[in-house]
Amino acid sequence: MLTQALGRLFAVSEAYPDLKANQNFLELQRELTDTEDKIAYARQFYNTNVGNYNEKRLVFPNVLIAGMFGFTEEEFYRTDEASREDVSVSFA
Amino acid sequence: MTESGNAPRRAYSDPGGGRVLVYDRIGANKRETWFLMIAFVVLIGGLLSIAFFALGFTSAEMPGALTITGIILILYAFLSYRFSTQAVLSISGAHEVTKQEEWEFVRRVENLCIGAGLPMPRTWVLEDSAPNAFATGITPEKSHVVVTRGLLDKLEPAELEGVLAHELSHIGNYDIRVMTVVTVLVGVVALISDLAMRFTIYGAGSRRGSREKGGGYGQLIMIVIVVIGAILAPIVAQTIRFAVSRRREYLADASGALLSRNPEALARALEKIAGDHEPLEAANKATAHLYISNPLKEHQSMLNNLFNTHPPIEERIRLLRSM
Repeated sequence: MLTQALGRLFAVSEAYPDLKANQNFLELQRELTDTEDKIAYARQFYNTNVGNYNEKRLVFPNVLIAGMFGFTEEEFYRTDEASREDVSVSFA
Repeated sequence: MTESGNAPRRAYSDPGGGRVLVYDRIGANKRETWFLMIAFVVLIGGLLSIAFFALGFTSAEMPGALTITGIILILYAFLSYRFSTQAVLSISGAHEVTKQEEWEFVRRVENLCIGAGLPMPRTWVLEDSAPNAFATGITPEKSHVVVTRGLLDKLEPAELEGVLAHELSHIGNYDIRVMTVVTVLVGVVALISDLAMRFTIYGAGSRRGSREKGGGYGQLIMIVIVVIGAILAPIVAQTIRFAVSRRREYLADASGALLSRNPEALARALEKIAGDHEPLEAANKATAHLYISNPLKEHQSMLNNLFNTHPPIEERIRLLRSM
């Protein structure tokens, strides 16, 4: 969603060359990069915990309890290729 | 960019052999801090009580003297636990920075904290052109990351992130607690053993005459024990400090690489830091072991190797490249 909205924003910005040098716009770009990195790290954190949980679930004696109380295997957070691509920011 | 889709691993391989889990490291570090503080009180207390004996304290005076010594030492150990972070920070001479002032530095710390599930530490910059960094604190909730101006200037963004990931690993597995407390305890061991030696050598002569005449040999042996103890204690303390920090650097490299998903960037950063021959003026022998790379730049020799706070940087780079 965010990606699509930003894509439209940058498409509009291409029509205005002045915008490219604008301080606020540069700041937006900077924040955008930061947000992307933060999302990537949040995903990494989630997946690390899923990995730890799945590993712990399979170890004896945890595996007995897990089976009894229905602790099932969790899935890693995966993203499709399109949304993992960098948001293309072109002002040429 | 981080490869977040990769299957994560929790275990890090320890060059000392075996797999080490990060949860085990936290427990081990908490125990080690307690052990170091108790060992400090017992060893210094023992040394001082022999010194009192050599000074010719009578058996009636001993309980009082030992109680006072014990209280002072326990108080010191407690205070060093409580205030060592502030002490380390003020010795280093760093100043705190906000995200507005140091965007690249602070935002990367934020990102890595999200990845590691750590609370945000306070961020400090040390105005020195030698590239280096360290972390300090007692708990992750009250922790601090310090980098030098040189590190921010000389490193590429990815390399900076590698170094910060290394420092955050020290925070996450409570290395900072052990290393910060060790800084303050080791510093005072040298001071106390020096005092004990002086008081015994000069004090024994003057007090002996006024007390009972006998016990000459017994006292002489005691004096010898105090002198030997006072010489050995700082050496033992230093060796503990080196051992404590050296082993941890490999582990922090490994878990830092796991966190930033980029061992190569950390390896390049270490190369740059090692290749920079500017000495870090703010560092001294007491705080050297806190930094990511030895800031003192002593020339390598057999003895230096034994007393080094850090493993050879070539070895660390080799291990990072083999990941």
